[in-house]
This record gives sequence, structure tokens and C-alpha cells, in this order.
Amino acid sequence: MSDNDGQRFDRLPATAAERSVEGRASREEVIDYFEDRFGIASETFADYTFWEKGAGKIWIYAGEAPTPIEIEAIGMTCLRTRQEHWKPTTDFAQRFGQYATDCVIELDREQARAFAAGEDQDLEWWDGDWGYLIAAHELAGDLKPLGIGLYVHGELRSMVPKGRQRDI
Amino acid sequence: MEPFERYRSIIDDFDAFLAACERPLGNAVRINTIKGSVERTLEALDENGVAYEQADWNPRVLRLETDSPGSTWTSFHGLTHGQEEVSAVPPVVLDPQPGDRVWDSCAAPGGKATQFAALMDDRGTVVANDNNLGRISALRFNAERLGATSLAVTNADARTYSLKRFSFDEFDRALVDAPCSCEGTIRKNPDALDNWNEGHISSVSGIQKGILRRAVQATREGGTVVYSTCTFAPEENEAVVQHALDTESCRVVDFDLGLEHSPGLSEWDGETFDSSLERAARIYPHQNDTGGFFVAKLEVTAE
Repeated sequence: MSDNDGQRFDRLPATAAERSVEGRASREEVIDYFEDRFGIASETFADYTFWEKGAGKIWIYAGEAPTPIEIEAIGMTCLRTRQEHWKPTTDFAQRFGQYATDCVIELDREQARAFAAGEDQDLEWWDGDWGYLIAAHELAGDLKPLGIGLYVHGELRSMVPKGRQRDI
Repeated sequence: MEPFERYRSIIDDFDAFLAACERPLGNAVRINTIKGSVERTLEALDENGVAYEQADWNPRVLRLETDSPGSTWTSFHGLTHGQEEVSAVPPVVLDPQPGDRVWDSCAAPGGKATQFAALMDDRGTVVANDNNLGRISALRFNAERLGATSLAVTNADARTYSLKRFSFDEFDRALVDAPCSCEGTIRKNPDALDNWNEGHISSVSGIQKGILRRAVQATREGGTVVYSTCTFAPEENEAVVQHALDTESCRVVDFDLGLEHSPGLSEWDGETFDSSLERAARIYPHQNDTGGFFVAKLEVTAE
């Protein structure tokens, strides 16, 4: 087993059995996580590859590239692994959250506004799982994902990064 | 506006041109179809009371009637992206198809690169390059906000760009939206002419020539290269394309453009250009009430 090289993008091994870098998630584990946690069908990712650069930073990419590759970015960051609970990114939630059937918390307009501004809020009525949820609201007849929230003890904490927060 | 006097002889209705250059530009946005359809995005704007006007030439380009286009739901969701109307022209002229390998040689902050990804249904490979590391962070931010998964970002000098880092050795299409003297952005940025001088034009045109030559070399035979700038200076426009015609295997081709425009020039300041340069488009601010732009479309030919 070798260590993760933070300077380059390495494609994730297909399965844990093919793993050659200590602690690296496999493609199978990533897809299983999205399916188990959010009900996103595994076929959704059939045409995508997953990559790691930096410790536990996972990227999703639809284009062509050899592995390894040393460039600035490849597709978009989608997931943080190598911590106790895996954490999807806001941008991933906005791009793929529409395919989720589980752990999606629907907010009304005012709650959505607070979430987009990065505010934490008490939402005692949620009776689903705790942990990372996809927050969504209705926009033009669609349920549109806003980003990732952390739900614990009756409180939804907005995980929208500072640079993505907006007062709408 | 003094620097513009040199264009008096080439611009029809020069007084209307000058008057347009003095009017500020409104807010334009492009609908990002990676995140949602045109119809639903318009519905979302309607639902939230944001008024807009759809551009005749491109239903994905809107003029928004708001002072803060970044503080809308459509912007937060990445359904819309602030992008000047003429800036949406070069990707439409390049016309990338799903599955293509496309190079955006001077891509930051990413409006056109993400427009490629959207035109390709986010399928294929868009290599968005910029030589300025500081501007790369804006490019990455926009690419992720707009959900472009087919886009790879590189930081290199486009004049000596190497494809060795990839698993393919040529592109199907390339855009050279070159760094330029930005004269055409005067309505958005009233300071655009503050540092204007002919020396700057001549130094920047050398860089433009180098990037365009590399783009032609890096594109397959039969592939397409679009050259664009937001400036009026013929030294940075027709003369740069003429240099590519003289040194690389390519020709200037026609394209349709649903915006009012003038043809490219066949001569300037004693220098003559190939007559095919009249197929290029010069877009002036008074023609469509936009910023100024130059666009030329090239086909890569056999050596």
C-alpha cells in the first residue's frame, strides 16, 4: 500500500480489492454510499469516473483523462471521505440531488432563504435520519436541491460554503 | 473616447457608436441548461418576480431587469450565470457537439467554457485552460456552481500548450478568446481605456498570434477554431487571423449570426488582409445595444 499523493488526481480503484493506496475509497463504495444514503440509483453514475486528490477529496468527472494526472481540477468535487462521516458537497447536491429519494428535507421558501444564507435553524418536525441531508425546495414546479445540511438534535445546519451563500 | 477616433473611417454611423459606448450596459445572464431547462428557468424567474427580456438570436440569453442578478434563486441554483450578451457568441459559433474534445485556451473566469459544457449536454471533454493562477480559482468556482462535470482545468501558457498530460493528442475544436485591449468592454468598465496606448495593442497582438497558432496546431484536420476578442483594434483581430493564415494550415469560413454586425476588414492602415477575412464579424455596441466583439471562424486544413 502506498500513500495518497496530494499533488495529483488518481482514479479510484473499482473495488476495495483493487485498492493500492492506503485509506482510499473505491468507486463501488462511493456509489454504494450515494445509493444507500440518498437513494440515488447506481446507474446514475454509469458514465462518470471518480478521482481523489488531496486527502479524501473525491471528484466526479465525465470527460477523458489518464490516471494519474496533474492538473488543476477534473469535473467537480463531490464527496469528502477519510473522516468519520462521509460528506457530499453543496455543488454535488445541486447537480445530482434531483435523483435522490432518501434523506431529502423539503424546506418552505423562508427556510430555504435561511439555508441559502448559511443560517442554522430549528426544524423539530423532521423525523427521518440524522446526519447529512440534501435540503431542497420547490421552484417552478420542481423540487430543487439547495445543498447539504447537517441535521442533529432538531437543528438543520447549513453546510453551504461561505462563497456560495447568498441573501436572496 | 479619444482612442476610438482611429475607427471613424471603418464604423458606420460613428456618432451612434460613440453615443452607445457612453451608455452603461444592463445585466445579462445565460441560462445554464446543465442545471435545468430554459422553460423551467423562465418559470422560476416569473415566479420570483424577476423581469427579463429574451434575446432574439439566442433563447438562452436574457437581459434581466434587476440590480442584483447574483441574489436570485436562479443564480443560487446555477440555473443562470451572469455573462454579457456578446460574450455568449463565440461558443455558439464554435458549435461544440456532445462527445467532442474542446479546448478553451484562455478560459477564466469560465463563462464560455461552461457554455461549451452546456451545449455538449455535459458530455465529452472541455479543457479549460488559463495562464493566470489567480483567475483559475474563479474558473473552478463557476464550473462547480454551474455543475459542469465534463470540464478539466489546466494552468499553462497557451502558446506552448502540451497535450501530453491527456490521453488524446488533438482537439476537435478550440476557442481562442484572447487577452486583449478590451476596448469593447467600455460600457461595462468605464476605465477600460485608461491605460490604452498603441504600444499595448502591439505587445498584446504578439501573444494573440502565438495562442492562435498553437490552437490551430492542436486541433485535428477538419476541426474548428474560433478566434474572438472584445476589442475593435484590427491589429488584434484581422491581423492576428491573417498571421495564422500565413503560418498555419487553416482557412476562414462563413457562419450565421443572428445579431447585427459588420464584416471583418480587408485592409487597415496600409496593410491588406485576405479577402476571406470579410467572413469574420465585427459587432459594435450601437448595432444590438451590447458590448463590442470580434469573431472569426477557422477550419483546420491539410498541411
